[in-house]
Parts: sequence; structure tokens; C-alpha cells
Amino acid sequence: MYEIIEKKVLSDTVKLMKIKAPLVAKKAQPGQFIILRIDERGERIPLTIADSDPKKGTITIIFLEVGKTTKQLGTLNVGDSLENFAGPLGMPSEVKKYGTVVCVGGGVGIAPLYPIVKALKESGNNVISILGAKTKDLLLLEKEIEAYSDEFYIATDDGSKGHKGFVSDVLQKVIDTQNVNMVMAIGPIIMMKVVSNLTKKYDIKTLVSLNPIMVDGTGMCGGCRVSIDGKTKFACVDGPEFDGHKVDYDNLMLRNRRFIHAEGEACKLAGAQ
Amino acid sequence: MSVRKTKHEMPEQPPQERIKNFKEVPYGYTKEIAIEEAKRCLQCKNKPCMKGCPVEIDIPGFITCIAQGDFDKAAEVIKAKNNLPAISGRVCPYESQCEEECTLKKIGEPVGIGRLERFIADYEREKGKKPPKKPKSTGKIVAVVGSGPAGLTCAGDLARMGHAVTVFEALHDPGGVLMYGIPEFRLPKAIVKSEVEYVKSLGVAINYDVVVGKTIDVKELMEEYDAVFIGTGAGLPNWLNIPGENLDGVYSANEFLTRVNMMKAYKFPEYDTPVKIGRIVATFGAGNVAMDCARTSLRLGAEKSYILYRRTEAEMPARAEEIEHAKQEGVIFKLLTNPIRFIGDEKGILKEVEYLKMQLGEPDDSGRRRPVPIPGSEEKIPIDTALVAIGQSPNPLIPQTMKELKIGKHGNIIADDDGRTSVPGIFAGGDIATGAATVILAMGAGKRVARAIDTYLKNK
Ligand SMILES: Cc1cc2nc3c(=O)[nH]c(=O)nc-3n(C[C@H](O)[C@H](O)[C@H](O)COP(=O)(O)OP(=O)(O)OC[C@H]3O[C@@H](n4cnc5c(N)ncnc54)[C@H](O)[C@@H]3O)c2cc1C
Ligand SMILES: Cc1cc2nc3c(=O)[nH]c(=O)nc-3n(C[C@H](O)[C@H](O)[C@H](O)COP(=O)(O)OP(=O)(O)OC[C@H]3O[C@@H](n4cnc5c(N)ncnc54)[C@H](O)[C@@H]3O)c2cc1C
Ligand code: SF4
Ligand code: FES
Repeated sequence: MYEIIEKKVLSDTVKLMKIKAPLVAKKAQPGQFIILRIDERGERIPLTIADSDPKKGTITIIFLEVGKTTKQLGTLNVGDSLENFAGPLGMPSEVKKYGTVVCVGGGVGIAPLYPIVKALKESGNNVISILGAKTKDLLLLEKEIEAYSDEFYIATDDGSKGHKGFVSDVLQKVIDTQNVNMVMAIGPIIMMKVVSNLTKKYDIKTLVSLNPIMVDGTGMCGGCRVSIDGKTKFACVDGPEFDGHKVDYDNLMLRNRRFIHAEGEACKLAGAQ
Repeated sequence: MSVRKTKHEMPEQPPQERIKNFKEVPYGYTKEIAIEEAKRCLQCKNKPCMKGCPVEIDIPGFITCIAQGDFDKAAEVIKAKNNLPAISGRVCPYESQCEEECTLKKIGEPVGIGRLERFIADYEREKGKKPPKKPKSTGKIVAVVGSGPAGLTCAGDLARMGHAVTVFEALHDPGGVLMYGIPEFRLPKAIVKSEVEYVKSLGVAINYDVVVGKTIDVKELMEEYDAVFIGTGAGLPNWLNIPGENLDGVYSANEFLTRVNMMKAYKFPEYDTPVKIGRIVATFGAGNVAMDCARTSLRLGAEKSYILYRRTEAEMPARAEEIEHAKQEGVIFKLLTNPIRFIGDEKGILKEVEYLKMQLGEPDDSGRRRPVPIPGSEEKIPIDTALVAIGQSPNPLIPQTMKELKIGKHGNIIADDDGRTSVPGIFAGGDIATGAATVILAMGAGKRVARAIDTYLKNK
């Protein structure tokens, strides 16, 4: 059992939790994720490690409530425990000195971006961060990310904060004015696709973190397979980070809708209880 | 006195009933039938059946106990060699092992050795197992990675020798393929759990959620423990590598079976993990895994469940009983067919498979006649779900994170018969060393390696 030792409500639908998991905390690196199961009957869901504290033995997760499991998770409180919490899974992020890097985060993708921004800054990069969300209430970790950024921008769909429009508009401006060596993008699939299409024109190395539906997270089921440069890769062991210019985003969108009907049903039933 | 030429039938759920539920298919022998079947045994002096048994159970020995009605003694004889008889008694390919060698085959059917083993294991379980005697502690500690049949057997035997054993398992349940792969109707999970409880009662500790290579490295285990056994299995699914394999509706057998068995998707939404199969399901391959997929699909409500296989029935690798059960349940076999592409609709949802018809040509290296495509024989059938069950390769995680371990060309960890790898103190056995094989071979390896580890620890 893994105890919840801290909980913060970041917005109506986004919550942060610190979970006691000493073995995971000892090994966790930016870019990796965990798989948790709330109880005996629960589904195994993957969440990115947003922060880790090896001394205290804790892992921070930040999640958006989208369906049955994430909503149920949101109802738990400090002192409650999770049945399973396995990790750190996946390959760590490719952190090294690139020069000038732009970190683009969208929606709940901002959470996994945070440890990467921190690590890139600590490796001596000039870090430019661009965060995007539908509206300003859905922005996460602004202060935390700004603290590790040399330049910091915000874009919201409704213009409630920063630039009105998409993160890619801001990215375009940055590319127009300075020499960018690498772009790291994490967020909705469509955002990563747009960012990758943009950077491809300028031949800027781009890394994205993919979030296919997973089951085991150990390379056993192949449910998380993604098509990279025409080759099948398992995101849980070969990723989740991949070369953004080689990802088949349309296939990923399609595969993430696989159980949409059933999930809706489970949610309705859970809501009715 | 003349011997009965055929095995006593094992009562089972009728096909029309059982395809509507996930309950076990055979009910097992009653005491009376078991005794009658045991009496068929000739008690051959040279014990040919034993040579066919990978774990060397004293087969005539336990059968004679059954014939005399001494079931407790029979259980003792089996348990001397096999910690998990309720499992092997259900999933062993007897027809190509012990029963293949049985003298009675000369005049008819062999003794129902598998059925008798199963009867005794069930008898013992229902009665409640005797708590085993705790041996004297040797003070040595061993880490076992993976809780499949290889890991569980090795752990159990080491504990009986007095070593302290900790098992590290990546998933949230023990048993490996026994839990996530083989379906409830063939191997009830309560039985797997009860066999695991037995291993735990020997003093073995099991830690879940530990992905060795990620959560903790083999090297760290080496620092902490006196020896390490790796039994991580062959869990990496093989693909057909044809166009359309990533469409919505194509699953690996592992994903499909894990969702249904371990995550209990057949009880969705009572359990949270979903599965979706539609009306028509096609399974590719003809081993045990394929039969499990095809039969599970029927139980989930598929109207048609096909098996597409590129050779003929004679070459099918599945156990005879599985093929028989699949046929009885109405699985449709399309033999000598080889898929060439999956076709989706405009949304990317699977709707058809196209395949070529095959014919058997010259024998290949394995001695089986090689299937060759018949030019121009393309055909399509509409399907909602495709299940790819064409084999699994050894799990790459530990080889990837422990470069010192020598790896074979199929990704297997190279180990000798006693499980010694290229690194002293690290042992490996089961599917991770041999490639995908059988439960009993994994158990046999677990036993041999436990002896080798014991010797290693004594000399250390
Ligand atoms: C490597 C990885 C890291 C992730 N990190 C985070 C994170 O840090 N924070 C966070 O909030 N989410 C993260 N996700 C997504 C998260 O796992 C899903 O939101 C979660 O599994 C949904 O479960 P549910 O039962 O609440 O919703 P469900 O009822 O299962 O689904 C609700 C809706 O979400 C969609 N969905 C289901 N699974 C996924 C998925 N894997 N990705 C995208 N959409 C999905 C469904 O199609 C459906 O529309 C990550 C996913 C992966 C693979
Ligand atoms: C669907 C199906 C049906 C089958 N039917 C039969 C049958 O009828 N008869 C028969 O004899 N054989 C059958 N087999 C084959 C048989 O199940 C295997 O040969 C056997 O289970 C191998 O045992 P193992 O202990 O080597 O590995 P597994 O059973 O694969 O167990 C390996 C364990 O290690 C864990 N693991 C993997 N990597 C790590 C890691 N890095 N850290 C920690 N833990 C890890 C896994 O989660 C798993 O629990 C079937 C296989 C399948 C898939
Ligand atoms: S070979 Fe057959 S008849 Fe002979 S001892 Fe073994 S089980 Fe009995
Ligand atoms: S989640 Fe099963 S292989 Fe990646």
C-alpha cells in the first residue's frame, strides 16, 4: 500500500498528490512515469512523475480528472492509500546541454514538463518555456516553471492570460527571433503534432512525450504501441519520449479512442451510484 | 484380467452451456472414477512414463496409492517432486510427455496420468493442506525475479532447503502467465492463488510492483542477496508485421488475455478495465495461446470466432485437449491461410482481413512441411477484432539493463542446464532462458536451478 501524504487542489479538475513510494523515489528521473491502481478492482493507469524526493521517499503526481479512475483518485485524501504504485517506468528524458531549448507544455502536459525544465536548466541550457491552456484557471505550475526559465510565455485559447491563441503561435515568434537548438513538447496529441510540424520546417530537433493507453507498463501487452518512422515501438519501454518528427500522431489519436464507449459507460454507472 | 483400453472420461460442462460462462470446463474425476482409472496402471518395472515427465514424478508410485484409496500418500509422492500439481494437472501437454511413453498405448489409450494428478491435487486442496515443516535456516538470502511457475518453484524449493527467499514481481498479482494469460475456464485463478499461498507458507515473501531493471537493478540485488534467480518469462508479443496491425481492433494475445484474465474485463464495469470485441473475431496462430483467445472470445459474446493458421491441424502446437475443446465450442478453423493485411474503415477501425491460401511444400528444418502461398488466392473476410497469437519472445528489460549477461540470438538469457548464467551468482530459468515453452518445463528448470543455487551457496 502506498500512502497519500499530501494533496493540493490545483483547479476544479486538476489535483496534485504526493505519494509515499521510497523505491520509486530513489530511482525516478525526469520523463519517467508510474502505473497505479487504486484498489482491487481498479484499472492500471499511467501518470508522469512530476517531481520526486528521494530523501522523503515521495513521488508527486498531477492529474486531470477525465474518467472513472482519475475522478475516483481525486476523491481520495491524505492518509488514504493506493493498492499499487509501480515505477519508475519508461526511459528517462534525454537531458543534456543543447544550447537554447524551448519547452512547450499544454494542459495537464505541463506537469510532466516541469521536472524536464528543471533538469534542462540545471544542465546549463538557455531555457524558454511556453505554457498553454484553454483558460487561465487551467494553467499549472506557472511559478515553479518560471523559476527555472530564462524566458517564460503563456498562451490561452480565450486570452484570459498571456497570448490569445495557441502555444505554436508563440513558438513561431521565438523561432523567428532566435536560434533554437531543441524543442521539448508535452501536451494534447494535437498540440504535439502541430509543434512538430512547425519545427520540422526549420529542422529543429523535437522531442515529445506520448501517452497511449497502457495496461502493464512493462512491455508485455503491446497495447501502448506507437508507430515511429513506420516502425512499431512500445511507449512504456521504448518511450514515452520520441522524436516528434517521426511519430504517427493520427494513429495515436485513433488508438487512444479505443475504449471510449465503454469508459463513458463506466463513468455514467459510477456517477449514478 | 484384461485391462480397459480407454481412459475414463472426465465429466465436463457441455459446450453449449460453457461458452456462456467463465467457469472451469472439466469437473475432474470423482473418487470412484479415479480409483478405477488408477487400477488400469500396469505398474511397469522400468517406469517408462517417468522418463516422459520433466520433473520426474514417481508416476506408478502415486497411481498405486490412488488404486489403494490412500489419497494422502499419493499427494505426498507427487509433492516430493512438484510443488504446484493443481496447475500442472490442468495445463501439462501429457499426451506428448508421460502419457506418450505409457505402455498401455500399445493396446489403446494410456493411463489418464494428468487427470489423476489433477484429482489428487484437488483432493488435497479441498481438504486443506498440511502446513509444511519449517527447515533449519541456513542464514543465506536469495532474490527471485518473477513469480511465474519458474520463479515460484525455485522460491519454494529454496525455502524448503532453509534459505530465506524474496520474490520480486513487476505486476500486482503473482503467477505470471498462469494469472494473466491462461483463462479462468482452463485454470481458475483461485487455484493459482491457493498454490501461491502454499509457496508463501514455506516462508517465501513476495513483493509486488517491483519492475527489476527499473525499480531496482539486478546489480543492487546482487549486493544485497547471496544469489539471484531470474525467471522473467517470455512476455514480449510477436507481431505479424503486416499493414494495418495498429488499427483499432487489433490486439496482441497478451493484451487481450491480460485485460480479460488479470484485470477481469469480463466483469466490466464491476471491474474498471474494459475490453471490446464486436461480433466476429479472428485469432492468428494455433498454439495454446491462440485456443485461449478464440475460446475467450466466444465467452465474451462473439458470434463467430475464427482461427487462421498457415499450416494444417497436424502441425498445430496446442495441446490436443485445447483443440478438441475449441472445436466442440464452435471455433471455426481456417487452415492453410496466411494474413497479408488488415483493412480499416475511414475512422481507422478494423473491418476486414485479407489472406492468402497456402499449400504444404517441402519439409523445413523442423521437419514440418513448409507452407507456401498459392499465387492469386487472396480472399477477405469481415472481422471486428483480430487477436495476434503467433508467439512471444523473452522479456528484454533485464538483458537491456544488465549488459554483463550473455544473451542468445532470440533475446534469451544464456544459461546452462542448472541455470548458471555468464555472471556468477546470477541464475536464470524458464521461458527467459529457453524462449516460450511450457509450464512444466519452467517448473522443472526452477527445481534444477534451486539445487544449483543451494550448491553455490554452500561453496560460497
Ligand atoms: C506515459 C503516460 C503518462 C501520463 N501522464 C499523465 C499525467 O501526468 N497526468 C494526467 O492527468 N494524465 C496523464 N496520462 C493520461 C492518463 O493516464 C489518463 O488520463 C488516464 O489513464 C485516464 O483514466 P480514467 O479511468 O480516468 O479515464 P478513462 O475513463 O479511462 O478515459 C476517459 C477519457 O480519457 C481518454 N484516455 C484514456 N486513457 C488515456 C491516455 N492514456 N491518454 C490520453 N487519453 C486517455 C479516454 O479515451 C477517454 O476519452 C498519462 C498517460 C501516459 C501513457
Ligand atoms: C495464453 C497462454 C496459454 C498457455 N497455455 C499453456 C498450457 O496450456 N500448457 C503449458 O504447459 N504452457 C502453456 N503456456 C506457456 C506457459 O505459460 C509458459 O511457458 C510459462 O508460464 C513460463 O513460465 P515462467 O515462470 O518462465 O514465466 P512467466 O509465466 O512468463 O512469468 C514471468 C513473471 O515474471 C514477471 N516479470 C517479467 N519481467 C519482470 C521484471 N523485470 N521484474 C519483475 N518481474 C518481472 C512477469 O510479470 C511474470 O509474472 C501458455 C502461455 C500463454 C501465454
Ligand atoms: S507406463 Fe503407464 S502403465 Fe506403466 S507404470 Fe506408467 S502409467 Fe502405469
Ligand atoms: S503497456 Fe503493455 S506493453 Fe506497454
